[in-house]
Amino acid sequence: MYKLKFNEKVCATCPSSDCLLKCQYMTFSGHKEAHAEIMKVVRGKDSRVLHECTTCYACEEYCKRGNHPYYLICERREEKGMFTAARPITNQWINMTEMQGKFLVGDVKDKALSCCYIAELGDLGTGEIFKDVAAAGAFGTEFMCPAVHTHFARMSVVKERLPLVIDNFRRLGVKEVICLHDECYGTFTSIASAYGIEVPFKPVYYMDFLLQRMKELRGKIKPLNITAAYQRPCSNRLIPDKLPLVKKILNLIGVKLPRRVYQDENCLCCAEIVRSISGYKLADDLQKRNIDDMLAVGAEYCVFNCPACQSSLSEKVSKRGLKPVHIIDLCKMAIGEKERKVA
Amino acid sequence: MNDILKSLIDIVGDKGVSNAPEELWFYARDPGVLSPHNPDYVVAPKTTEQVQKIVQLANREKIPIVPMGNGMALTGLVIPLKGGIVLDMKRMNKILEVNEKARYAVVEGGTSQGVLKAYLQEHYPHLRHSIPDAPPTTTIAANVALHGQGRLTNQYGFNSDMVTGMEIVLPTGEICLIGSPSLGPYWFSKGPTLPDLSGLFLGWLGATGVITKMGLRLYPNKKIREVEMFVTDKVELVPEILYKLTHLEILEDVNVWFQPKPLMFVGNFHVTIYFNGDTEEEIEFKRKMIWDSLQEFIDSKDGGFMNVQYMKGMLLQMPQRGIADFADVPKGGGFEYSGPITIIEHFPQYAAKVVELAKRYDILYASSARLISGGHCMMFSISFAFNRSNPGMMKRVKEALDEATTFALEMGGIPWKPNFMEQKMTMKKMDPNALNLLQMIKKNLDPEGIMNPGNWEVN
Repeated sequence: MYKLKFNEKVCATCPSSDCLLKCQYMTFSGHKEAHAEIMKVVRGKDSRVLHECTTCYACEEYCKRGNHPYYLICERREEKGMFTAARPITNQWINMTEMQGKFLVGDVKDKALSCCYIAELGDLGTGEIFKDVAAAGAFGTEFMCPAVHTHFARMSVVKERLPLVIDNFRRLGVKEVICLHDECYGTFTSIASAYGIEVPFKPVYYMDFLLQRMKELRGKIKPLNITAAYQRPCSNRLIPDKLPLVKKILNLIGVKLPRRVYQDENCLCCAEIVRSISGYKLADDLQKRNIDDMLAVGAEYCVFNCPACQSSLSEKVSKRGLKPVHIIDLCKMAIGEKERKVA
Repeated sequence: MNDILKSLIDIVGDKGVSNAPEELWFYARDPGVLSPHNPDYVVAPKTTEQVQKIVQLANREKIPIVPMGNGMALTGLVIPLKGGIVLDMKRMNKILEVNEKARYAVVEGGTSQGVLKAYLQEHYPHLRHSIPDAPPTTTIAANVALHGQGRLTNQYGFNSDMVTGMEIVLPTGEICLIGSPSLGPYWFSKGPTLPDLSGLFLGWLGATGVITKMGLRLYPNKKIREVEMFVTDKVELVPEILYKLTHLEILEDVNVWFQPKPLMFVGNFHVTIYFNGDTEEEIEFKRKMIWDSLQEFIDSKDGGFMNVQYMKGMLLQMPQRGIADFADVPKGGGFEYSGPITIIEHFPQYAAKVVELAKRYDILYASSARLISGGHCMMFSISFAFNRSNPGMMKRVKEALDEATTFALEMGGIPWKPNFMEQKMTMKKMDPNALNLLQMIKKNLDPEGIMNPGNWEVN
């Protein structure tokens, strides 16, 4: 079984304890307390962090020393037999995502378009933007990144399944896998690296692909001239260096992103997993603050990157007058492939 | 042409009668596991007077007569066990009245659930009735004749409790009004404060008369319907979970279900909780009450609410189309269920029995219990799917269902829409004086024994 590459000394000598001090869901009196708590986690002792963490992934971004505090918290929780969400919900996710030989693979050659285990991604990865790779789709639990199980503190499932997923792609003979889901790209880069799991292909982040394609299609773009708020997903915290791509893409298609309180490092989670783990009060509060903030800056659209966020927030933003849209659909609107959304 | 056929044609016209083999073939069977049996004639009346004349003819000639809605009970209740006439009521499908302020509708005896639903949506969008999760072509009268349940059963009881009056053609041919319509033009009460004669027909499966008209309670149709789903893997907690939920007295409908396929459902018991309201504030208030009521199970990690956003559209369908998909899991499109009415605290024993039967008989199961009257009891469905072209599998399903009924009776439950064999098992266990009373009623109402013979037949 793969082991997390974690260096205790890095935490022991950390001058900031940003992983916990920046946490939006736990409060600490200062560096001394935060440092003491993370060191308890490091040393396998009980810590309130293990009981209070909402699994937002953000500490992976806050830690600038690359020591993977989130994966460590998940490991420690599992070691102690803890459940973050209810046991039946945890097991439901494990069962639901088990490989059963029911997968779809298109005309894959050098490149595969990973649709994870999310049917909506198959629809998104179509049209002019994806014309060269749309037929090379791979969909199913055999190709699903298992990062979701970190929410439920089941790193054993991640470690067991990730090598199988990687091997399934390897057997397709691909050189590149374009990941339509942040979580897949984050898994193939951040998690695989943290556990020393070799990835024998080049993971390509779909926003890199999207930006490149929109540049190539520049002549077809009719600026949308709209104002939007961006819903950053938890898994983007695993690949923070990719965050600037959103602004570049939206800028290219004439979408204004006014500065708001809950953006970038301070973004709020869509809260659906939080609802399972910490209950409705925190989830409702997060969603309300998030949507209030979107409206306060005059956004007309709520732009999603992750279909799971879109599923959990679409109805709620629509009820408050915002139009929910995936960033790929927004690009399709800009080149005239899709109608403008009506909330 | 024989005399009976000629007489039937005289009553309803030649387009309303058939004894053609290809038509009798369809009326000989239902989608369940019971063997088919051909009728001699199929007749589709259009009026109460035609029904009366057909029944008078049958009574005079001692010909069995089987009133039929859409024939979807699955337990062979309209298979003409002794031949005779199948009385197909589907042409009597008019909505005769909606009294908006008194919230009731009067419909003909062959009116389907779908027709009433569509009519109310178009003309009275703020009113609704209790729709069962059966195909929309099933009829309202047949549903109450077998004490069916629907989407409002948790709030208001069996659908038969919602009847507000009936017009019946008795087995001897008299047309009889039951309840408030027997005294005046209003259809607001099936019994009270009179002796409640509706009990002579509700639950009798057409063995005591033909329902030609009926009144049915309507209820407020709230602007917003919502759903939550609570999941636990501890079956012993289910009765307590349901007790906490029903204490709230705010729920439209509560179903508890478990099934081994697809894999995501394995090992868990799912409580689908429906609620409604006219404003977002009302919905959110109710949602919080629901979550708070089950907090202790969330804290212990024994249960939690799952995200249903992606399946909400399917869950909120009325009726739910996905239920029929179960029939095709083993391919071949067959399924039948035993649905005993029982107390909720027996849920764990029934759940164990379903799994045991499925394993022993090597068949696929699914189970869904629906709460009745705020939790006073529940309908616990023991459902098995089968392939129609596999007689061995059908035989195993039949044996498993028989055993399920035996178990339900041993547990003090009441079989729901029992087939004729299950009726016999029920009557065998019944208090002898109650059985005598049943026999007395049947003999007096149907002296020639022509009405749906084989059903609730004491001898």
